[in-house]
Amino acid sequence: MTTLHQRYADLTNDEVKRYSRHVIMPEVGMEGQRRLKASSVLLIGTGGLGSPLALYLAAAGIGRIGLVDYDVVDFTNLQRQVIHGVSTVGLSKLESAEARMLDLNPDIAVVKYNEPLTSENALGIFGEDWDIVIDGTDNFPTRYLVNDACVKLGIPNVYGSIFRFEGQLSVFYADEGPCYRCMFPEPPPPGLVPSCAEGGVLGILPGTIGTMQATEAIKLLLGIGDPMIGRMMLYDALEMSFQTIKVRKDPHCPVCGIAADAIELIDYELFCGMPAHDHSEFSSVDETENIDIKTVTVHDVKSALENGDDVVVIDVRDPHEWDISVINGTVKIPKPDIQLAKNGIQGGRRMWEETVLKDIPKDKTLYLHCRSGVRSADSIAFLSEVGYDLEKMYNVEGGILAWADEIDPAMPKY
Amino acid sequence: MAKIRVPTPLRAYTDGASDINVAGDTVGEALANLVEQHPDLRVHLFQDEDLRSFVNIFIGEEDIRFMQGLDTEIEADDSLRIIPSIAGGNPPRCFGGKQIAGEEAPR
Repeated sequence: MTTLHQRYADLTNDEVKRYSRHVIMPEVGMEGQRRLKASSVLLIGTGGLGSPLALYLAAAGIGRIGLVDYDVVDFTNLQRQVIHGVSTVGLSKLESAEARMLDLNPDIAVVKYNEPLTSENALGIFGEDWDIVIDGTDNFPTRYLVNDACVKLGIPNVYGSIFRFEGQLSVFYADEGPCYRCMFPEPPPPGLVPSCAEGGVLGILPGTIGTMQATEAIKLLLGIGDPMIGRMMLYDALEMSFQTIKVRKDPHCPVCGIAADAIELIDYELFCGMPAHDHSEFSSVDETENIDIKTVTVHDVKSALENGDDVVVIDVRDPHEWDISVINGTVKIPKPDIQLAKNGIQGGRRMWEETVLKDIPKDKTLYLHCRSGVRSADSIAFLSEVGYDLEKMYNVEGGILAWADEIDPAMPKY
Repeated sequence: MAKIRVPTPLRAYTDGASDINVAGDTVGEALANLVEQHPDLRVHLFQDEDLRSFVNIFIGEEDIRFMQGLDTEIEADDSLRIIPSIAGGNPPRCFGGKQIAGEEAPR
């Protein structure tokens, strides 16, 4: 492939020493290191993937590194977001990341964009002279947005994605190969993506994939090796297997198959049927959108359980969550099982009494809870589709987290 | 028998199985056999009789869309793969509901 740029920046004697393990390799050399110093890389997200990316690219001497994020560091981030620390919990991720990067390498410049990436601001941000954009986001709408903006502006997009124990890596550079949409023309509909309890990620996985993204970025900037253009690497941590597949350019791709001028950034939340931003109040997809679900508080649950009321309290979390905490006296049926039972009944494959729903009486008052109240509301929606009375079902507000806050402070929260 | 590799997000519908032996002389027959063995997978792979547009099926390192699609012939020792579209550990279910105060958003 052609090299991305031919800019060079002079190195101080201290920098030559700092980068000596690079400089002594002929593939990098003084010329390559000077080129890295003159390079600009934009990271979308400073979370799991962004942490190793920011650290290693700073250490490698990329002269100008941009960070796009609007989140603050949360205690639960620290399982995988190793650029942050206990001392920066509650601070902006950008401030936290910048401080660590400049501690590692004060000779670089960090450019901060403390805002969500949107169709309105993406071209402006991407247009500020970035040689490479690296996609370290966690949601479909932003991934399509990053792709389309990169294709339009002719910027290579180093793609990495993770889920549980699996990771994917590729370089989408439409000038020389396929784009993200050639491989994934459209996202899965929200109903067919993994559910709440099926999420999660091995904390080390973003480290594995993020460092590989950083490697691809360095290769592209130096013009060495075989970049992952037109290929995707699939990593399975449990098997410790790597497999490479071919990604072909789709001549009919609605984005890289048309002229750059004709590419328009769209409403990606609408396109994907899901919000891009965790903190958004906006939600265009909601299992419970068109039904009115009654709620109860954890105090109501407590008195129902104590008084032996004619109420069945159902815990719809996943079995591994029951090991963390439980409210005694509940019936435990995971939401995915309820959903499968509902699908089976609606599809005519199963009778009600053949499913887990046989343990959920139709004639009693039901209180459903999960961790925070989302899955239990979905479960009520599912049950209402297969003959359960909405008037008899109540969602426990705040789930077991509220129970821990208000009833049992000794209970662990997760 | 050919083998189909099921990715993590879909293993909830295969009783956790990752590698499944399937009968059939074409990709379409193999997938039909797969969903016969695991009926809950059907809705995730097919819309009516057509493969859903976001489902990527590979034989070895090749995408069947650039071969003969579901009509692509397979050998007994072929390894098929369903390549999932994944976005991160932050599961879209949390997009599904209203934002819950204090709900942590992994990224």
